[in-house]
Amino acid sequence: MSELVAGLPILSIVTFLPAAGALLILLSRMSARGENVGYDNGVKLLTLLVTIATFVASLFAFAAFDPSNPAYQLQESIPWAFGASYAMGVDTLAMSLVMLTTFLTPLCILASWVIEKQVSSYMVLFLILETLMIGVFCAQDIILFYIFFEGGLIPMFILIGVWGGERRVYAAFKFFLYTLLGSLLMLVAIIFMIATAGTSNIPALTEYAQTTGFEQNVQIWLWLAFFASFAVKMPMWPVHTWLPDAHVEAPTAASVVLAAILLKMGGYGFLRFSLPMFPDASEYFRYFVFALSVIAIVWASLVAFRQLDMKKLIAYSSVAHMGFVTMGIFSGNEQGIQGAIFQMLSHGIISGALFLCVGVVYDRMHTREIAFYGGLVNRMPVYAAIFMLFTMGNVGLPGTSGFPGEILTMVGTFKVNAWVAAGAALGVIFSAAYALTLYRKVAFGVIENPKLDKITDLDAREWVTFIPLIVATLIMGLAPAYVLDFTQASTATIVQQFTGVAP
Amino acid sequence: MQFSPEILIVLGPLFAAAIAGLLQRYIGDRVAMALTTGSIGISLLLSWPIFASFVWGEGHERVIELFRFIDVVGFTSTWSIRIDTMSAIMLVVVNTVSFLVHLYSWGYMAEDPHKARFFSYLSFFTFAMLALVTANDFLQLFFGWEGVGVASYLLIGFWYQKRTANDAAIKAFITNRVGDFGFALGVMAIFYFLGTIQFFPTEVGQSALFAGAVDGVNVPGLLHELEGKRLIIGTTYFDAIELCAILLFIGAMGKSAQFFLHVWLPDAMEGPTPVSALIHAATMVTAGVFMVCRLGELYHMAPLASGFVTIIGATTALFAATVGLAQNDIKRVVAYSTCSQLGYMFFAAGVGAYNAAMFHLFTHAFFKALLFLGAGSVIHGLHHEQDMRYMGGVRKPMMITWAMMTIGTLALIGFGIPGLGGFAGFYSKDAIIEAAYGSHGIGAQFAFWCGVSAALLTSFYSWRLAFMTFEGKYRGNPNAHHDDHGHGDAHAHDDHHGHDAHAKPADGSAPAHESPWVMLIPLFVLAAGAIAAGAVFAPYFLGEHAEDFWHHVVPLAHGEGHHDFPAWVIWAPLTVTVTGFIFAVIFYLWQTGVPKAMAKGPVWAFLYNKWYFDELYDFIFVKGARALGDLFWKVGDKRLIDGLGPDGVAASSNFFSRHLRRLQTGFVYHYSFIMLIAAVAFGAYAILAGIGGGR
Repeated sequence: MSELVAGLPILSIVTFLPAAGALLILLSRMSARGENVGYDNGVKLLTLLVTIATFVASLFAFAAFDPSNPAYQLQESIPWAFGASYAMGVDTLAMSLVMLTTFLTPLCILASWVIEKQVSSYMVLFLILETLMIGVFCAQDIILFYIFFEGGLIPMFILIGVWGGERRVYAAFKFFLYTLLGSLLMLVAIIFMIATAGTSNIPALTEYAQTTGFEQNVQIWLWLAFFASFAVKMPMWPVHTWLPDAHVEAPTAASVVLAAILLKMGGYGFLRFSLPMFPDASEYFRYFVFALSVIAIVWASLVAFRQLDMKKLIAYSSVAHMGFVTMGIFSGNEQGIQGAIFQMLSHGIISGALFLCVGVVYDRMHTREIAFYGGLVNRMPVYAAIFMLFTMGNVGLPGTSGFPGEILTMVGTFKVNAWVAAGAALGVIFSAAYALTLYRKVAFGVIENPKLDKITDLDAREWVTFIPLIVATLIMGLAPAYVLDFTQASTATIVQQFTGVAP
Repeated sequence: MQFSPEILIVLGPLFAAAIAGLLQRYIGDRVAMALTTGSIGISLLLSWPIFASFVWGEGHERVIELFRFIDVVGFTSTWSIRIDTMSAIMLVVVNTVSFLVHLYSWGYMAEDPHKARFFSYLSFFTFAMLALVTANDFLQLFFGWEGVGVASYLLIGFWYQKRTANDAAIKAFITNRVGDFGFALGVMAIFYFLGTIQFFPTEVGQSALFAGAVDGVNVPGLLHELEGKRLIIGTTYFDAIELCAILLFIGAMGKSAQFFLHVWLPDAMEGPTPVSALIHAATMVTAGVFMVCRLGELYHMAPLASGFVTIIGATTALFAATVGLAQNDIKRVVAYSTCSQLGYMFFAAGVGAYNAAMFHLFTHAFFKALLFLGAGSVIHGLHHEQDMRYMGGVRKPMMITWAMMTIGTLALIGFGIPGLGGFAGFYSKDAIIEAAYGSHGIGAQFAFWCGVSAALLTSFYSWRLAFMTFEGKYRGNPNAHHDDHGHGDAHAHDDHHGHDAHAKPADGSAPAHESPWVMLIPLFVLAAGAIAAGAVFAPYFLGEHAEDFWHHVVPLAHGEGHHDFPAWVIWAPLTVTVTGFIFAVIFYLWQTGVPKAMAKGPVWAFLYNKWYFDELYDFIFVKGARALGDLFWKVGDKRLIDGLGPDGVAASSNFFSRHLRRLQTGFVYHYSFIMLIAAVAFGAYAILAGIGGGR
């Protein structure tokens, strides 16, 4: 397979294919006589095809990739200016997140079929968003990384602000302000690092950090600056409150992308920058992160338990699940980091699917209020079954993809401090409480609300959207070893960079 | 990986469940029912020879590995099927009861509109339970552990229209999760200390908890390495062995409904009665006992943890028996009885009599499933009446059910004459009580007295159940319309018999009908087990063949033969059993006014309300979680974090919203974000230029 892509800048193709699609739509709009339903459907179809093509392209990249090799692969580099360059490359960690992105985006487009307002603009934004998301994981130059990282904010901001719910403006600005403020600190740190190390190339920076090393007190400040950005993205307690608002107001597909991929940039950042580049500071702040993680797990789970809005509940449960990720990352050992990566991938699928589940009933009834629903299983048995599966995934049931990440992060953390692991394990109890209560209120019982009398079960489009997610949840749940094998090489490298001990 | 019958035993029910569940619309109820019942039947036929090979033959211990589950640097789990004495016992228990319950459900659920779903859940449960008992490492065990939990959740809430059923299902799941909290930490602790979570080695040079032979080579176990190890956190430390043993036992307490975590089991009776027989009597709830015995070597090394197991088990045995005295719902009486019997099994394990614990698990499966299915037959015959106060006079119309229930009762109370023999429960329960007496472990004497007292109460409440249900005159429910049990077609069922349902026959017997043969045949099979399972298998589980039978899979206590005990210890169980019977005769056949008068007293109210555990837990945990959730949300997130943070900053949201409205109307936003990207790019360029210039 690798011969097929030999000589091709495959990562750039994967990254910019969606952007090219966006350009195509913009051009077509100039020549179109006016936007009508037929045109809109054409745009939707085109977008779907572009995202599927992107997924196929990423499969080629995947095939050409050697998972046993811990180094960056499929590298491309074009000198830019003053030492900076357009450099792309992926290791197994980045590759797995790229695959997650390209896998989920076509499903998001399918879920966006219900959009009627300014369809072509919506699709253009979505495609640009995909380019920026993939770019974040592929960038090998820290400036390039920053551009992609920040750039992703803008389309998401507009998606929420224009296609969102009633309080979309508040939510969009809350999202924007939080993430931008965090990132500005990171930008300052990046500039400082480039000035100190004399390079903006990420592998070179890592090499510098591992050999020469940043001074300890410098590391502390750099770590905090990066932390400000990643903690908001994650989001970690107490900078998490933008997430529920953003999710509630965002259109379904934007919620999916937000939960499934944008949040992962925080975890990716910790693994790519904080641990390898500032190992001393990461060690120094380990218990600080543990404390915030356990608080996030317990706090967000209990808050989720009290929510009246389906999306808000799932958003809070995301905060809790991300607590496992940060905890696992800073455990600094193989089980913890493997678990954290796995949890990121799994959460991408399960939370994405749960937001789609909410979207299904929202599209029909235009409300996310839990109390409005009840007894859906009577009218929508297929939907109820699928919703049950992902609820169980959210609860972390063994056999679904929700389990390995949770147990591995806890196992890894237990090796560092058993009390922290015990605190996190409380989340295992709470998650059952809020997830099953939500399910009971929405799906079980008898239909009491007469407005639900005519609600219909999943249609073909929705089926097609869910099937890949169901398959992924079960495969990752029953045979996670094969996914863990894939991320093993990066994990070993990161552990070694963090601890300074060869594995 | 080669095909072997063991794979079919475990995976057959899974495939049947999947097909019945996913394709029910296309294949119909009949095919779904036949498929699931048939696949369990095959599992049953294949598992008895395996069991027989351990009882009467050489018994070949083995592990069949399928594929890797999780594998991260020593934290390795493989999907596998472990066959040894322990799993062979469980295979026959699970498959036998499961098959009979499947069969019984053909009759019991005949009028239910969701038969395919029901059978699919039942078979899925069976699969999860089989995966649990054949696990060769902690993670597969945990998979089965949670899998049976989900199946139980789905089946308790099977009649999803009913609010109480849904609440009971959630309560069961969450209470189990409290146990799982301990279990998961126990697994983590084991891995932390030993670097492996595998039970038996499958390759030479592999590290596993227990010793085992691989291709004729003996591989030593790592478990003894726990000795002397400690978990030190700050200034506190824990002994490794005791810590692991206690944490894992907390998991067992949840699954097996032991004291403090027992609250879910009685509520679980909201599920259909066949479910209660299979899951909440014979199999799932015994998973905790199975786990403790599987890890017998660990508990053998942990005197404190064993003492904890003994005391919790003994307390449960007595506590549940007291509550059982005062319940009116026929299923709840049997449920508390189950809880109590599980307590016996645990204190047996706690005093080191793992073989007696497993034997009681084995015999209990037969007679408790029999009692549940018998109770189900009565409920079915009385058109879904469960309250014993409205029964009476059922013996005459339901002679067969009565006979079977009586056998079950005799087995449960452990009726038998020392030296001569008796029903199944006699062998296992007396062995447990004697083992407690003969043990010097922590809490053993307490357990002995709890065991004897509980035996008295068991006899009393069992006969109370039998007399209230079958004897006397039919009392009938004064609230003539039946509290419908949720499943839609129960109405039709009632209507069908509606004419005779409330017209009392002249002789005072109940207007009931005997159950169909498909429900009675399982009762016959179980009754045979309840009579004979003790006498037939006691020599292997407990007696002269025990060494050969167990193959060192559980540690056996030595030198504590039957005849070493004082006569009064040997005769005590029979004495209290007969006493309980006499009291039941007095109160429920002769002086029937006495219990009615007692029912007005405070002691009865205390027992009837299950020692007020539900009220207490509701106040502390449910209301507590709600209050904390509200506090964190409304005060923490909204007032403190948002109030001080973004809302303060973004007070000018009016300003922003004006701008955003302009954005929406045109294509301005396209330009705006292109400009932003450009700005970032130019900014970076400028900065780099500056740096470059300085270099």
